Amino acid sequence: MTELVRLQGIRKSFGGVHALRGVDFSLKAGEVHALLGENGAGKSTLMRVLGGEHQPDGGEIVMDGAPVELRSPTDAMKKGVVVIHQEMALASDLSVAENIFLSEIPSIVSWKTLNRRARELIERLGFDIKPNAIVRDLSVAYQQVVEIAKALSRNARIIVFDEPTAVLSGQDAERLLGIIDGLRRQGVGVVYISHRLDEVFRIADRMTIMKDGASVETVERNAVEIPDVIRMMVGRPLSALFGENVERAVGPELLRVEGLTRGARVRDVSLSVRAGEIVGLGGLVGAGRTELVRLIFGADHRESGKILVEGNEINPTHPKDAVKAGIGLVPESRKEQGVVLDFPIRVNATMARLSPLVNLFGVVRRSAERSAVKALSDRLRIRAASMDAPVSSLSGGNQQKVVLAKWFHAGGRILIFDEPTRGVDVGAKTEIYSLIKSLAAEGRAVLVISSEHLELFGLCDRVLVMREGRLTGSLLPADYSEENMLKLAMTAPAAAAAH
Amino acid sequence: MTQTTTTADTSPRSGDAPARRIDFGDLMHRYGTVVILVVLLVVARSMSDVFLTERNLLNVLRQISGTGLMAVGMLFVILTRGIDLSVGSIAALGSVASAILVQQMAPGLAVVATLAIGGAFGLLSGLLVAYLRLPPFVTTLAVMTIARGAALIASGGQPIRMGEAGAFITRFGSGYALGMPQPVLLMLAVFVLAGLVLAFTRFGRMVKAIGSNAEAVRLSGIGVSRYVVSVYVISGVLAAAAGIISSSRTGIGSATVGVGAELDAIAAVVIGGASLMGGRGGAINTFIGVFVLGIIANLMNLASVPGYHQQVFMGVIIIGAMLLQYGSTFFRR
Repeated sequence: MTELVRLQGIRKSFGGVHALRGVDFSLKAGEVHALLGENGAGKSTLMRVLGGEHQPDGGEIVMDGAPVELRSPTDAMKKGVVVIHQEMALASDLSVAENIFLSEIPSIVSWKTLNRRARELIERLGFDIKPNAIVRDLSVAYQQVVEIAKALSRNARIIVFDEPTAVLSGQDAERLLGIIDGLRRQGVGVVYISHRLDEVFRIADRMTIMKDGASVETVERNAVEIPDVIRMMVGRPLSALFGENVERAVGPELLRVEGLTRGARVRDVSLSVRAGEIVGLGGLVGAGRTELVRLIFGADHRESGKILVEGNEINPTHPKDAVKAGIGLVPESRKEQGVVLDFPIRVNATMARLSPLVNLFGVVRRSAERSAVKALSDRLRIRAASMDAPVSSLSGGNQQKVVLAKWFHAGGRILIFDEPTRGVDVGAKTEIYSLIKSLAAEGRAVLVISSEHLELFGLCDRVLVMREGRLTGSLLPADYSEENMLKLAMTAPAAAAAH
Repeated sequence: MTQTTTTADTSPRSGDAPARRIDFGDLMHRYGTVVILVVLLVVARSMSDVFLTERNLLNVLRQISGTGLMAVGMLFVILTRGIDLSVGSIAALGSVASAILVQQMAPGLAVVATLAIGGAFGLLSGLLVAYLRLPPFVTTLAVMTIARGAALIASGGQPIRMGEAGAFITRFGSGYALGMPQPVLLMLAVFVLAGLVLAFTRFGRMVKAIGSNAEAVRLSGIGVSRYVVSVYVISGVLAAAAGIISSSRTGIGSATVGVGAELDAIAAVVIGGASLMGGRGGAINTFIGVFVLGIIANLMNLASVPGYHQQVFMGVIIIGAMLLQYGSTFFRR
């Protein structure tokens, strides 16, 4: 097999953070090469370098035996590289054919030819999508097919898939794997990024494992087993990653949810969390987990269902009601929902409960605020030049600690974490796990959403799994396995909620 | 021992230790407003001997006192990422209402009632923006025509003389205290108060935070809508106050007061370095912004630039001021 591209010693820093520290990677024609590693390991950054979005600070990209520079995504495309991101880059109000040929639509359009060529490309992938359908109306899976057809229309020799199946249901994921197999047989080189190791082991010819911005190892699929890969990804025994285990006494039920429903996204969900307990919420992206906790927090309106805090029914129609009842939410997207990015750490940390720090005239008592924030930053070990520094100057892990500080300060007894370690480096992850455990040890009830199964298994006392808006089952530590998880998340019949 | 741990903990992450270079673009962005003022003062001095006299400067301040009040309200609204186009019309309504009401009730009560009318129009905008999620631009545009219409209806399209009954108000317009015209003192007091509120109170902090990231504030359990309504009410009250100042100086309530004043207020806030995307801006800089506009108008009068030409020059100078402040980010690329 001929080598399509070789990345050698690629280095890339962002303002002093070394995202890539000398990565080697190569791709041959007609192979599927999986790129594995934890969030923040540098996979996406590496692929942005290959896709021309980032310019490397050091290292070399060799194509067809000669070093090349990929100056922009357009430049990379001209050289046959297409990156398909998880968030798709389609113009959703245009038709399928228009999207496929977006960059080459002539000034005078022959719709007939355009549609015919689009149809041919889609048929090559084994699908039947109308070329004049509007992209917005298509399912996510079909939109992905359009993306791939777009790549093929540009004669891509290298196609990078960044977590393509994360948004797909079981059946659609299968079809996508079929397409990728087809691309491989046509001699395309495919880079495949995924957290689903079972999938990777089915489709990949080779795997490169990345950790902390470096490539740990490149292996043939047949040479390793799943546990080997996990060890390479994490770089230490799993038990150490999740911090010390603190003795926790499980107390009375603090949060109870009965029959919570909002449209098709959340359907008749019931669950309960006790003091001192950490309960996980697993499932695929789009299974309705975020929507569920937003209902509990009053961020969205529920259609029906009851929410009880310490046995008393509450009716949160705004987050302030939930906060008053003692609920805190660490939301999924930190920068958009968790913090006011340009504002000082101090302001963010005290935001959820400013009243004790304010005098009769609404003037903030600075000294009281300072000492409160000092205590929080000591407790959470927030590493910052000053508490007056804007949150944007912090690393992802420390930003997340500021969000945690907010809820520490608010003092609620029920805490909900939505993807608490997304975009956080490994060191900070362990700290966050320890904090979550200590919160529970102090008698709080904790609910954790995570798409990383290992995280749920390492952190939670039990894991509830959702699929298509419903709870499909519950796993206890004895049943923790990737297989059980995926069974409930992808294929299990949406049976009556078990909790 | 404890010393060492503390040091380690407070050291910044490795990521933000770039060498401290003097960043011209950043400096201009921060202090551009002051630079613009200084440049203008130098130019003004060289152009006219009269300019730097106390009499002329007080005159400038007196002329900007109405715009200044509206700019303070506008600042609060813009900080929340909104805009209030209705201030000029509410000022007209304030001018007319004060002239009418002062004939019918105790003058103090008439002033309070006029401010309340302004506040009510602000409340209308605020409720529509905060609770019904209508875009501020169009909402306040609608309220702008309603307020102007109301002023025309109430006045019957005629200027209303305050006469003897309005002496209380006209005395304020022509009176001095502490060596300054009273309207100027009022404006300065409002600016100082606004500055204190923004810097030190929960209200000021939340208003700015909402403009920067309303969703994060809401998800911290804070009733964002109440704050949003409040800023429009403040803007409405201050606009009505600007209307009273106008009638207090002329002794006439008129529905044609404040045409285009909303644009002056917005220009002042933006020259003051506030971001129309919310979250950034301050009272002192906004005051400088108003002052800059006042100086430009004053200079053109002193230089006897004809009225129609003045408008063109004003626009050109505003663009120049903005370029000084924001253009540097463009030239840096």
